[in-house]
Amino acid sequence: MKNCEYQQIDPKALATPSPAPTPSRPCLEKKPKRLKRKWEVFPGKNRFYCDGRIIVARQSGVLPLTLGLILVTSGLFFIFDCPFLVQHLTSCIPVIGGVLFVFVVISLLQTSFTDPGILPRATPEEAADIEKQIDNPINSSSSYRPPPRTKEVVINEQVVKLKYCFTCKIFRPPRTSHCSLCDNCVERFDHHCPWVGNCVGKRNYRFFYMFIVSLSFHTAFIFGCVTTHLALRSQGGNGLVFALQQSPASALELVVCFFSVWSILGLSGFHTYLVAANLTTNEDIKGSWSGKSGNEESGNPFSYNNIFKNCCSVLCGPMPPSLIDRRGFVPTEDEVRAIPAEMELPSIKTDINMVGRGPTSGHAPPPFLPPNP
Amino acid sequence: LQQQAAIASKVFVQRDYTSGTVCKFQTKFPTELEARIEKQQFEETIQTLNNLYAEAEKLGGKSYLEGCLACLTAYTIFLCMETHYEKVLKKIAKYIQEQNEKVYAPLGLLLTDPIERGLRVVEITIFEDRSIGSR
Repeated sequence: MKNCEYQQIDPKALATPSPAPTPSRPCLEKKPKRLKRKWEVFPGKNRFYCDGRIIVARQSGVLPLTLGLILVTSGLFFIFDCPFLVQHLTSCIPVIGGVLFVFVVISLLQTSFTDPGILPRATPEEAADIEKQIDNPINSSSSYRPPPRTKEVVINEQVVKLKYCFTCKIFRPPRTSHCSLCDNCVERFDHHCPWVGNCVGKRNYRFFYMFIVSLSFHTAFIFGCVTTHLALRSQGGNGLVFALQQSPASALELVVCFFSVWSILGLSGFHTYLVAANLTTNEDIKGSWSGKSGNEESGNPFSYNNIFKNCCSVLCGPMPPSLIDRRGFVPTEDEVRAIPAEMELPSIKTDINMVGRGPTSGHAPPPFLPPNP
Repeated sequence: LQQQAAIASKVFVQRDYTSGTVCKFQTKFPTELEARIEKQQFEETIQTLNNLYAEAEKLGGKSYLEGCLACLTAYTIFLCMETHYEKVLKKIAKYIQEQNEKVYAPLGLLLTDPIERGLRVVEITIFEDRSIGSR
């Protein structure tokens, strides 16, 4: 007689809490002894490194270029401009430059390698349950093509439409969007940024914002310092050409910084506006809240109508956990077989170990049986 | 010989988005559970869960302090420190385990922690014992 067993939830495992994107492979596949981690069977188009600790999009995009530009330009600045400026001005310059550089690189890496807020796909039972709810009210005549599935919800006295995602088989929460590049639904989806090689969403927006703000300061700072450097060198009747000859690296830095500072500053300004209005780039571009159907009353239902509060909630709010349990183990096939509600129960199934709890993180849960009466 | 097979169906309690994107579950009592558990008890469980999630996502002095401190350290502090949200998630896991032991398992039900379903649903598994095989 089997006893009722409860899986003790390991507190450590909750550090990266969990649901499982159920693997789409058939359950009958006999797995070898080594248990797979969930990142190995992740259905989206992401890539994982360090055994699931690091997540990036399928195409790393231009991330190496971004990193390269930052490292090279900053490197040249420290090597060629700083010594002169320390000598002629102040030694604070490399210190400030160093701090900004550290902030830029750390926030860039965090933006790129953090889970942006990916929503795991629905388990088969959930998907079946939702299908059932959708099909019921509609006449299921074969010639009738059902309209795209939407659900309406009233938030803050405004009607918000929730769309059904055919890939993830869920009704998307408000502000969630499906990224076709990564093939995931991402919460509070802002945009997919090729420069950082990842989506920007709920969980990494603050890193992204810090990245562009610190990069604006850093670029502007280098630009200012290089200009000062060249100006100082060309004093005393030497001329700019002479100064450039003496310090050719500065020319390169000047060019890079000149072209990037405008776009980065512009982007920072734009995102500052978005943060203050509690909007996402996606919503801003689509005009979701800005009177699209001539409705004067539509405004952003998620805004607190207070700039300070908006900023605080977007940038300093609590850090939500990652919903995909990358390092958890995929449960064995014993656990995956469960019947969705409404399915005919009686004669067919005779196996005892049919039902499992949902997979818990970090462990392969044992089969669960209810207590015998 | 009587063989007892555990047959289960699942009920999903969906998210309630009327308050925005905060994590909150619908307290509507599912019809499939009517025979098994009292409405009051079910609502109480869901309401407690909702309150716990609200506590995790609360914007207040403490969370702002945590956020600002994290910003100053270039968010590296998240690598070593457990966030407030994670602490509350542990509380939630404990609460669910406790509820399962005390209330739901005796009724042949099982609550699944919503975090295992991406905070989309509260999954309740209904167990029915069916005797099969020859008597």
